Amino acid sequence: MRTVATARRVLSQLRRDRRTMALLLVVPLVLLTLLRYVYDDQPRVFDRVGGPLLALFPFITMFLVTSVAMLRERTTGTLERLLTTPMAKGDLLVGYALAFGLVAVVQTSLASALALGPLGLDLTAGPVLVVLLAVLDALLGMALGLFLSAFARSEFQAVQFLPAVVLPQLLLCGLFAPRATMAAPLRWLSDVLPLTYAVDGMQELARTSSVSGRLARDLGVVAGASVLALALGAATLQRRSA
Amino acid sequence: MVNSVNVEGLTVVRGRTEVLHDLTFSLQPSRITGLLGPSGCGKTTLMRALVGVQSGITGTVTVLGQAAGTRELRSRVGYVTQAPAVYTDLSVGENLRYFASVLGATGVEQVLGQVGLADRSDQLVGTLSGGQRARVSLASALLGSPELLVLDEPTVGLDPVLRRDLWALFRSLADDGTTILVSSHVMDEAGRCDRLLLMREGRLVADDSPSGLLMATGATDVEGAFLSLALAS
Repeated sequence: MRTVATARRVLSQLRRDRRTMALLLVVPLVLLTLLRYVYDDQPRVFDRVGGPLLALFPFITMFLVTSVAMLRERTTGTLERLLTTPMAKGDLLVGYALAFGLVAVVQTSLASALALGPLGLDLTAGPVLVVLLAVLDALLGMALGLFLSAFARSEFQAVQFLPAVVLPQLLLCGLFAPRATMAAPLRWLSDVLPLTYAVDGMQELARTSSVSGRLARDLGVVAGASVLALALGAATLQRRSA
Repeated sequence: MVNSVNVEGLTVVRGRTEVLHDLTFSLQPSRITGLLGPSGCGKTTLMRALVGVQSGITGTVTVLGQAAGTRELRSRVGYVTQAPAVYTDLSVGENLRYFASVLGATGVEQVLGQVGLADRSDQLVGTLSGGQRARVSLASALLGSPELLVLDEPTVGLDPVLRRDLWALFRSLADDGTTILVSSHVMDEAGRCDRLLLMREGRLVADDSPSGLLMATGATDVEGAFLSLALAS
């Protein structure tokens, strides 16, 4: 009940902010189109990079939107107000997850439809698995953004967490250089970063249409990391503060 | 009369600084208690301790028979923060309907009427004036008819007519049995209270009725009483 009310409230706020909504939905489409024509004479490269990008857009956008939205709840006093009500921390977090999960479904469905259709991205797996993985990636980004918002004092700082937390994962996830060619310490680091599994999952979907053991592992790690980040996020929502 | 709030030996430490020192007082139903003192004296910290969001507490704070901040108390205590805790990107009605479902309460129309915003339900909170936002925040705390209302400077910046109307509202809520604690740094609101707690630098310097306070200090107004107490300590 409180969960659904929270999800509806977050969605109403997003709906009012038409520009953010448009950016969330349209920017991935523009970037995918750009990428398609950048690699116009190398369709293989587009096939290799396009899939992982479908995983990255929801991850990055949800990370940003959530960390700023939660920071606003903290700084405007609405979070403290909610914590004086019967609202459980879980109600709030799951409410956010529902709202942003729904946005991620729409965002990813549009991006996948464009990429797999007109842009001719060649993935072996069907759109259902692609959207499923992308939504899990969105929830991972959301959970990390929620957790890290506790360490930002201002929106400036919250936005800076993107290069600090997301870019290292992007460099190490296997998109720029295959993980097998990395020096051992970098590979170990890559092994423990959740985005690695998000991207690996999309690469797996490019190869196979069935749910392979490797894909199941990737889905499991992304889901597990999201739950862990949500639990850490819940721990930062202290009812009593100085 | 049974006390609705009992505070005994409340001390609050923030970081390494003790900000509230050994406070003891009680609040009663059907009474408006004014918490007065200069800004920075610890009024907000004390209020946060009552609603159970302040950390670093020693001493006992009992609210409606239970330890402050207990889960069951959260629907029985209304808290209005000093800065309006409302979503500026939602309409007045959306804000209140959200808080109502969080509290499991009804009566959005009623509380909007009580704060004089019945005709603003569809307006975005971000386009309201500061005083109107404060009243949206107040309305959200009135949802579910809480037995204890903790109001942190609810009338700051309001025009005198509105201020009078809100005090009339507080009075009628108190007449229905609500316990009300109102903070203010404006001493001229003291006369509207049944009882006054005067605070200075984290200590209670007086706990008396307005007339009792004037009698005890020989001052002609609360400002003067505060001055003579501050100079004496």
